[in-house]
Parts: sequence; structure tokens; C-alpha cells
Amino acid sequence: MIDAPLPHWLIAPVALPLIVGAALLLIERRAPSWAAPVSLAATAALLLIAVALLGRASGGDIEAYLLGNWRAPFGIALALDRLTALMLTLTAIVALASVLYARGGDDQRGAHFHALFQFQLMGLNGAFLTADLFNLFVFFEVLLIASYGLLLHGVGAERLKAAIHYVSFNLAGSALFLIAVASLYGLTGTLNMADLAQRVPMLGAESAQLVRAAALMLLVVFCVKAALLPLYFWLPDTYGAATAPVAALFAIMTKVGVYAVARMYTLVFGDGGGAAANVAQPWLPVLALATLLLGALGALAAARLRTLAAYLVIASAGTLLLGLGLGRASTVAAVLFYLVNSTLVAAVFFLLSDRISAMRPACGDRLAPARFNGERAVLGGAFFFAAVAVAGMPPLAGFLGKALLLDAAAQTPYASWVWSVVLLSSFGVIVALARAGSLVFWRPALPDAASAMPMTVAGTAPMQAVAIGVLFSTLVAAALLAQPLASYTGAAAQQLFDRRAYIDAVLGAEPVAPAIAIREIVGGKP
Amino acid sequence: MSLELLLATMIGALTAAGLWLLLRARTFDVMLGLTLLSYAANLFIFAMGRLRVNAAPIIGRALAPTLADYADPLPQALVLTAIVISFAMTALVLAIALRAHAETGSDHVDGVEPPVGDGS
Repeated sequence: MIDAPLPHWLIAPVALPLIVGAALLLIERRAPSWAAPVSLAATAALLLIAVALLGRASGGDIEAYLLGNWRAPFGIALALDRLTALMLTLTAIVALASVLYARGGDDQRGAHFHALFQFQLMGLNGAFLTADLFNLFVFFEVLLIASYGLLLHGVGAERLKAAIHYVSFNLAGSALFLIAVASLYGLTGTLNMADLAQRVPMLGAESAQLVRAAALMLLVVFCVKAALLPLYFWLPDTYGAATAPVAALFAIMTKVGVYAVARMYTLVFGDGGGAAANVAQPWLPVLALATLLLGALGALAAARLRTLAAYLVIASAGTLLLGLGLGRASTVAAVLFYLVNSTLVAAVFFLLSDRISAMRPACGDRLAPARFNGERAVLGGAFFFAAVAVAGMPPLAGFLGKALLLDAAAQTPYASWVWSVVLLSSFGVIVALARAGSLVFWRPALPDAASAMPMTVAGTAPMQAVAIGVLFSTLVAAALLAQPLASYTGAAAQQLFDRRAYIDAVLGAEPVAPAIAIREIVGGKP
Repeated sequence: MSLELLLATMIGALTAAGLWLLLRARTFDVMLGLTLLSYAANLFIFAMGRLRVNAAPIIGRALAPTLADYADPLPQALVLTAIVISFAMTALVLAIALRAHAETGSDHVDGVEPPVGDGS
């Protein structure tokens, strides 16, 4: 840790949004016109930091950072490995696009948009970085509190209703999280993930049922966040009700649950988990397959573009948890590759839907023919591009992700199920998107509706176009750089399954020697 | 033994009452349910440090610094964090529920009154 270049950069993805968010609360009051540029600059800086950390992690070393200089199991540690760096970078890209898009006017609809946005980023980054289970709970709460505020941004009856459901559901989830964490502490006496990974296998037979129960309770909590089948009902309403940039940022929020499953169920409850080894294995693939099917059905039944996008998020969560549930390095590598594409494309979809409804004041984002006030060709082209990306058709990276997953799943006992359900749901999604696209863009508007509409062309918002452009160019880059990306996610999956390396890196991290001996200052007294 | 039994019964009763209230369709009931559930979780965390009578969590000079002489301090710190978070959350839910009531004129969780005779 001492010889690593600038070790303190590891805390920057948490500290930067925290400081900027707190400062924004003041700036919003004193100099409101500066709030958005500061937030934008901070998010751009966050992207640079994330990319730098990605470069550091790609070497394969796991870096640990000891908060307050306490040795690992006693203090809280942060850990940076390939998966964490990938998630940080992805979060920063989506956040940059969201905050750019919000400059188009959405950030003016209520107070504190940018401050809440930065706090949400702090929670997300902290959840990805932390190596401590209770600290994970705290960062979950931070990102949830910020997300409640963001969801309510620009209040309306629809949003309030969605917020009550979302908040109650997540609070119940938090209580369950606490009970699971406390049971693990009661059994093992530690909450450090690396230490847990060492101690859970040592538990005696009398604790076997308890530790399995705790592990499955944790799975329920993470799957609430990740939107797995019986626990996804909060998602379509919530994402459908939020303003577009918030919904786009929420696209990364379900991935926090996926990340937590990937971390805990390889490191602690993976192959080496003793009594709780592979405790999620019988549940995840089956539920993920059902989620995938229902996601496709929901997309087919959607009456609004936002709802369609929300069900696409659910279907992608199903695919991701399927790959994790199959529990091999190859399937995990495939879905990590898929994760990049699916997160970006979900964010694109929410932003595009908002743009489309802005251009069709007559019927918003409902799936009905209506007159466009302009941008019809551009939005149609963008929608087609996004549809290709989300349905997993060549030439974009979504196709490669699904192909890798199918290829990797061929060696598992679920092969036939995976192939049929993944292909069937992809087909359902393609039909849903084709139906939505042709209804919105091709079907001519009814003449009476057309004549009733005034011919005002809404002003184009350059920032919004830039935001969508950022996401599209990242999507294209992910397709062009598919080879390096695939080898990176492959290495990340290998690293996830290498428990020893993580344990050694976190528990072996040495505290930094003090620059000045403290005893000299206090005069030699101990 | 009796202390453990008392605490376990308490946690169980709070959880059961909390869940029952959580499943009701009025925002006030849901809020009370969430509060009871978080009390249960907090007591549970506390119990996971093992119940000790007359043992301090802070190391003093009189006793050797081992867990045999002291109560486990960590769950108490965790409980503090959890209490603060759940308190803030209760305030937030209350604010949202009041706003929703003002906006929709109903304290039903769906924002609309069900038809009369529905039982909720």
C-alpha cells in the first residue's frame, strides 16, 4: 500500500461527491447559476478519477485502503479490484450523461437536484468500493436516501404514490439487511468481507442453518435492489414516475444489487463458503430465468415508452443474475460484459423516451401515433439504434454479451433452459421494440389530433443531445473495443473467484507509518 | 435464561406486529409497521453482541481487556448507526405521506380510496 502511487485516490470517488454535494447545498442558495456547472465539473472529474482507477486495477493487483489507518478487520477498508473499477467507470459515464441531460431544464423543477445527485453518486461509489458489510449497508442507505429525494424531484401525485411504495419497500428491505448483517456478526464476530470469507467456512455444524439463513436473507435484500422476480414490482412504477435524468441514473442502481450478489456470493458464500457454500445456487438461475421471461412479457404489454424501458431494465437484471447464478467464471465474465452494454442502453432509453415525449406534447410517451413537433427522423434513428443495442442484435456489444453467455451456459446443467429462455425473451423484446417503434414513428397521426396541435417547434436542447450522444458513443466504443473489454471482464471474473487474493490484499494491508512520531509531540509520555 | 427469553419474545412480537401493520393499506399503519420493524432489527443487533449484565463496553484500568470482562462494543455502535438512519427514514416517510395526503386527499397507499365495502 505504501509503494502504490498516491494511495489516497481510492477514497476520492466517495469523498469528491460528498464534498461537492455539501458545497452545492450552499451554492444553490447563494449563487444558483453556479450549481449546475459545479455539479457537471465534479461529475467529469469523477469520470477521470474512475478511469485512472480502472487503469490501476487492470494490472490485476487488488488495492486496499484502510480508513483512519486502522488495520483491516478492525477498521473499515475499501478495496479496488477490476470489477469495482469497472462499476465506478460505468457509474461515472451514466452520471455524466444524466447531469448533462438535466441541464436541459429538469434540474430546475425542484430544489437541490444537483446536491442530491452528488450524494447519490457518493452512495453508489461507496457501495462499490467498500470491503465491509455494515459499511455496505450504510452506503446503500446513503444512495437510497438520495434516490428518494431525486424520485420526488418535481413533485406530482403519480410520483408521490410511487415514492410511498418505493420507500416503504426499501425500508422493509433495510430492516432485513440489518437482521442478516447482525446474524452474521453474531456468528462470526466480524463484518469485514475478507474476514467473513475466512471465518464462515470455520463455523461448526451447529451454526450451519443459521449462516445459511443469514446468507439467504442477504440474497433477498440484494435482489430487492437488483429487481429479481418476486421483488421487482416496485421498479416499473418508480422508474416510470421519475424524471428522465433520474431514471437514467437509476439504471445503475439496480446494478448495485447485482454487484453485491457478485461480490458476496463468490467471496463469502461461494465455493469455499463451508456450510453456506453456493447457498444461492438453487435459487438464482430459476428465478433469473423467470424474471427474464416476465421482463419480456412486461415489455410486450407496456403502454408507455418509460414502462417499456423499465421492463427492459428488469429483463437485463434477469440476464445478469442468471449469469451470476450459473456460478462459473465464464458465465460471470459474459454477464459482466453484458452489464456494460445493458446499463448504458437502459439509460439511453430513459433519456430518449423523455425527448420523444417532449416532442409529442399531444400524447407524451404513450405508445400511440401522434404528431411530432420536430426531430422525428433523428429520434427515430436514435430509437432504432438503441433498440438494436438493447435487443442484443449484431453489430453492437449487447449481441456479443448474450452470445458469450449462451456459449458459457452450454457447459452448465441449465444449458437447454438458458438457451430457450434467453432466446425467447430476446425475441419478445424485439417484437415489443418493433411494435413501439412503428407505433410511435411510422404510423401517421390521426388527422384531427394533427390539426388540433399548434405548429410550434419546441426549442432543441443542445445539452440533451450531447448527453444522448455521450451514451451512444460509449455504446459504439464498447462494440469497437469488444476484444479488450471482453478480456477485461474475463479477468475481472477470474479475480472474483480468486478469494485468496482478495483476502490477502484486504487483511494484509499495512497501516501507513505516521510521518512524525506522535510520542515526540506529546513529550514522550505513552 | 429469562433475559434471553424476554428479549427473543420481544423481538418476535415487534416483528410480527410490524409486518402485520406493514401489510395494511393506510400510510400511517405502514409507517408504524416500519418503525416497529426497525425496533425489532435494532434489538436483534444488540442481542447479537450477546447479553451481558453489568459489563461496560469501554475498556477501563481495573479489568484485563478481554471480551470476558466487557460487553461487545461493536453491536452498540452498529445499533446507534441503525437508530439514526431509521429515525431519519421515519421522518422522511412521514413527510411523503403527509404530502401525498395533501395532494390526493387520501391516506391509502395507492393514493385512491378503494370502493366502499372493500374492507381496507
